[in-house]
Amino acid sequence: MALVTYIPRMFPLVILSDLELTAFWRRFLYYIPPAALSALIFPGILGATDSSIIAVIGGIVAAIMAYLKFNLLTIVLSAIAAVFLFQYLI
Amino acid sequence: MFYQGVKKALPVAIGYLPIAITFGVVASSAGIPARMIVLMSLMVFAGASQFVAVNLIASGAGILGIIITIFFVNLRHILMSATTSEKLKKQSKGWLALISFGITDESFSIIATDPREDLPRAYVFGLITVPYIAWVSGTAAGVLIGESLPALLESSMEIALYAMFVGLLIPEIKRSNSKLKVVILAVFISSALSWSPFFNLSEGWIITITTLVSAIFAARFIKVEGDRVGK
Repeated sequence: MALVTYIPRMFPLVILSDLELTAFWRRFLYYIPPAALSALIFPGILGATDSSIIAVIGGIVAAIMAYLKFNLLTIVLSAIAAVFLFQYLI
Repeated sequence: MFYQGVKKALPVAIGYLPIAITFGVVASSAGIPARMIVLMSLMVFAGASQFVAVNLIASGAGILGIIITIFFVNLRHILMSATTSEKLKKQSKGWLALISFGITDESFSIIATDPREDLPRAYVFGLITVPYIAWVSGTAAGVLIGESLPALLESSMEIALYAMFVGLLIPEIKRSNSKLKVVILAVFISSALSWSPFFNLSEGWIITITTLVSAIFAARFIKVEGDRVGK
């Protein structure tokens, strides 16, 4: 894994300093992070806790906290708290 | 020079701490052995792709799927590295190979926005070292915390990984309508692949295929205009 993340960073810096990516491939790379994150979140999140609904609630809480610009740790803790709460309410 | 780099990167390092701790906690609750987690942070220092790897491992994805996905998530570093090389052209290849290990989104933006044409080695070294130390220590601290969590909390921890992904995703789509469209597309494809009776792919492969297909489709059909520039 270290190799796979290191080589794509080392390679162009050392060797391909003259390489110009076409607009298409630059857009491709631009869209990779949101695409990857979405693929990771859904539908995987539905299996996260014993109940899909509670998991979705956790996800929504995380989304709201993220939208309100809280830092990552706070976001994660909020989602955990929400899931914890709901698991005992239902 | 070294200390100037350190000073500049200090806010970045402090910002990394909570994320690194979160990563440590989440990874240990996913059942990954402590040694592996710290080793990951020691050797990889790539933030987002570590989160990706943890999820793929936890969902039992095959090695090939993990490698391919991480490869493409990191491919965007090519853009960053290529631009950075402009500023570091006169350095020896060995030095470039060394510092490219430390290129992350944050160090990249510090380097790219520097008005100087040619950056001193010591400065760049200082820039990269401090966040790296913060990252590894944070991860170790997170692992320690994660291992001492009571079992009661453990079941609520499953959501942690997804919360992290959501936390990383929302800022991206907040400032970009085109990225929002990609998200919708990816969710659609991912669901289709997961629930369709025609396919029987492992989760790792679904993630990889969804990512690549969505990004390619978006690159072809979704215009980037309308996005707000800068963080």
